[in-house]
Amino acid sequence: MTPSFDINRRDWLKVAGGLVVSFTFGDGLSALVQQSPSAADGRTLDPKEVDSFLSIAADGSVTVYTSKVDVGTGMRIAIAQMAAEELGVDTARVSVVDGDTARCPNTGGTGGSTGLTRGGAAVRQAAATARQALIGLAAVRLERPATDLTIVGGEVRPVRGGKGIGIGALVGNRRLAVPLDPKAILMPPSRYSRVGQSPRRPDVPAKCTGRYQYIQDFSVPGMLHGRVIRPPTIGATLISVDEASVAHLPGVRVVRLESFLAVVAADEWSAVRAARELKASWTEWSGLPGHENLERYLREGVVDRDQAIVHRGPSGSLGESDPSATALEAALASAPTKMSATYFWPCQSHASLAPSCAVADVGADSGTIWTSSQVTHGMRATLSRVFGLVPEKVRVVFVEGSGSYGTNGADHAAADAVLLSKTIGKPVRVQWTRQAEHAWDPKGPQQLLDLRAGIDASGRIVAWDTQMWIPTNRRGARILLAAQAAGLAQDSGRDAAGIFENGDPAYAADHVRVLAHWLRDTPLNPSNLRAPGKPANVFAVEGFTDEIAAALRVDPLEFRVARLTDPRALEVLARGAKAFGWQPRPAPNASRPSTGPLVGRGVAYTRYKQAENYVATFMEVAVEREGGRISVRRVVCAHDCGLVVNPDALRNQIEGGIVQTLSRALHEEVQFDTSRVTSVDWASYPILTFPEAPAVEVILVSRPEEPLWGAGEASTVTVAAALANAVFDATGVRLRRVPFRGVRP
Amino acid sequence: MLCRMPTYRCQVNGRAATLESWDPAQPLLYVLRGSLALTGTRVGCALGQCGSCTVLINGQAAKSCMTPVSAVAGRRITTIEGLGTPEKPDPLQAAFIAEQAAQCGYCTTGMIMAAKALLARTPRPTGEQVKEALAGNLCRCGTHTRILKAVLRATGQ
Repeated sequence: MTPSFDINRRDWLKVAGGLVVSFTFGDGLSALVQQSPSAADGRTLDPKEVDSFLSIAADGSVTVYTSKVDVGTGMRIAIAQMAAEELGVDTARVSVVDGDTARCPNTGGTGGSTGLTRGGAAVRQAAATARQALIGLAAVRLERPATDLTIVGGEVRPVRGGKGIGIGALVGNRRLAVPLDPKAILMPPSRYSRVGQSPRRPDVPAKCTGRYQYIQDFSVPGMLHGRVIRPPTIGATLISVDEASVAHLPGVRVVRLESFLAVVAADEWSAVRAARELKASWTEWSGLPGHENLERYLREGVVDRDQAIVHRGPSGSLGESDPSATALEAALASAPTKMSATYFWPCQSHASLAPSCAVADVGADSGTIWTSSQVTHGMRATLSRVFGLVPEKVRVVFVEGSGSYGTNGADHAAADAVLLSKTIGKPVRVQWTRQAEHAWDPKGPQQLLDLRAGIDASGRIVAWDTQMWIPTNRRGARILLAAQAAGLAQDSGRDAAGIFENGDPAYAADHVRVLAHWLRDTPLNPSNLRAPGKPANVFAVEGFTDEIAAALRVDPLEFRVARLTDPRALEVLARGAKAFGWQPRPAPNASRPSTGPLVGRGVAYTRYKQAENYVATFMEVAVEREGGRISVRRVVCAHDCGLVVNPDALRNQIEGGIVQTLSRALHEEVQFDTSRVTSVDWASYPILTFPEAPAVEVILVSRPEEPLWGAGEASTVTVAAALANAVFDATGVRLRRVPFRGVRP
Repeated sequence: MLCRMPTYRCQVNGRAATLESWDPAQPLLYVLRGSLALTGTRVGCALGQCGSCTVLINGQAAKSCMTPVSAVAGRRITTIEGLGTPEKPDPLQAAFIAEQAAQCGYCTTGMIMAAKALLARTPRPTGEQVKEALAGNLCRCGTHTRILKAVLRATGQ
């Protein structure tokens, strides 16, 4: 499915005319919309109306609309299946429009694995309401009671057979004009025939034949190519520019707004050369701690506040009622076995494969922006506020880029393009360099965790304390680099999303506390990076759990199973262990071969956000005696996310989550000195390559009767711990610091 | 603007082509994506490190971001568009589709071109040979296991 776009801004404005769409966000997602025909096609964008989510064409094909976007996750096919199921049409007849602010109702941006749980669920409810409405329309046309009718293959027909009528003929490009019924009855899972199947993703053939149009391939007529020159150090300001230094290049124009420096040219190569060759002088700046000093920087950092994320005693949650955790400290003090450890996860980059890119065609107060941002509605508001546009006259259109895994550089590229287009009055395409992508994408922040536990003589965990040092999430939109450089007023929001979650063990323990030390400062701008914070927290929690099991000389799987009661937790562990061929014994592996690599296995378990997916990951590793290089031989992951919509697309996500996180655990660390990021390409920021790719086996525990949970992130969080635990089993060496660049057996 | 633009005659996807550039050092990548509008050759790093821009030059896999346009005069260039179409994919592309061996898919075309070169010289590679042949092609989504299966599937394995 190659996206197509209405690329003519003037046409669009003509259609939009004087229609005003204004959103006031109050509680939740309720959007108050003044008589709100959408700009693009006259449909309402009010999420309380079915028509905002779907339209039925005269030929019976269905289009659904969602603000959640598919960043290579398979979300579109899954939403199509969910809509098709409720409507009684073939999945192939349903297409999905995602992330176009002029066509899609706003049910929030994309992130936190909410594509299906919020976006898909809203479309499903709209489709279920539409089904009721279609049956009602058909009842009149067919002169039959609605209760006698059903929809099969896109046709409303009597349950017991007889003449029917196609939904296209019933609606025929008109609107249903019915409010979304939050109580519309959903198809019972026992009757699912589309959800639970694996129709192929419609984007894959175009992606495999080079016909798929990514944002990097998108163009509009008359467009200029822009390149932004970022300062050589993070806080530098621009002193002077020597425009003559690029005078030899054809058709180049230099744009300078305070410290925002860019070149534009009709010819892309001219712009590339000009960005490289333009001479500019910048102030000196240093203010970073250097990545090697991060642990000390975090320990000594100014704490905004301490927050007990979790605090519970034997009789339940204590909240903030015992701020100094006296009961926990007493239990720790009296425990015969006391353990403690420190874990560290470095700053990491989204490291998207494509350089961030955006196209903007913006006038004085209006325009269109094409972007791979995961949050197009949010970007419309932010870009409008910062660059003086009128949100009602701004359209932000999602065009897929390479995988983003959170808020990467895309939002900043959009801001670059808007500023340039507005300044020169022409459509501008901005593409970052590889070096800019690695240096300037907002980062997954570094995390430091101290853990302590007390264990009694029977092996019971009587006290568990996790303390974490993480950057404060501040309200407001994240800063945009272009606006900052140009000296424009903007929010100073800072948000790395749920980096505090999963800091507590899943296992029975008398006293548990997770204490977050929210830090005022952080060296590099943070954002949400896939499964924010949880790969690090679970690395610490599950690594430390393994340390306790080893200290007690108990098999690590048995240790976990003995402290869990939730049957769904026990099932993923049991099924994963069976597929893996787990042999119970304590770690480390006592029987070492006399030659060859050291071999070990590890397990890690989590319940995602302590409320969603159950994940158990088993791993087998080999560690070379000389040099200590780690190879992952085999991964088995048992995964329960409730209802499974598209098993193959889900497996793809789980496999990818595992392999990507192996890359993060084995290789990835953003390096910086006191003034700049120094890991600025794939040589200095290496990621996992093909020769290292392990065999991955995914076991889906499907529960059609249970609610579905999003699954783009959960499989990532157990990976580093399972790997470290396997390395410990092989070598007796405990890894507590990512990346694992090798061990000394 | 310059009035006389140097030109380079070559073959692109089986047809005679004349490539134009004011700069003989301009990488082939930009010419393919620009004036020829063959955007299936993806821009990844422009440093020769990621393989997203892989094309075949006289049948050999080459990184088009590191190949000056002046160096392809008289050569045969094959891009992803020279294989199959979504409706009629070439067998290797069909294997990728059958395995659903893509997430974001941005690396996919470069992977397919690198694998194409491998299969031309080694029609029945082992899994290890496929891994070695694709070692210079990065995938950020972690689709490695499926890509490996797809290449092997294309060889009937």
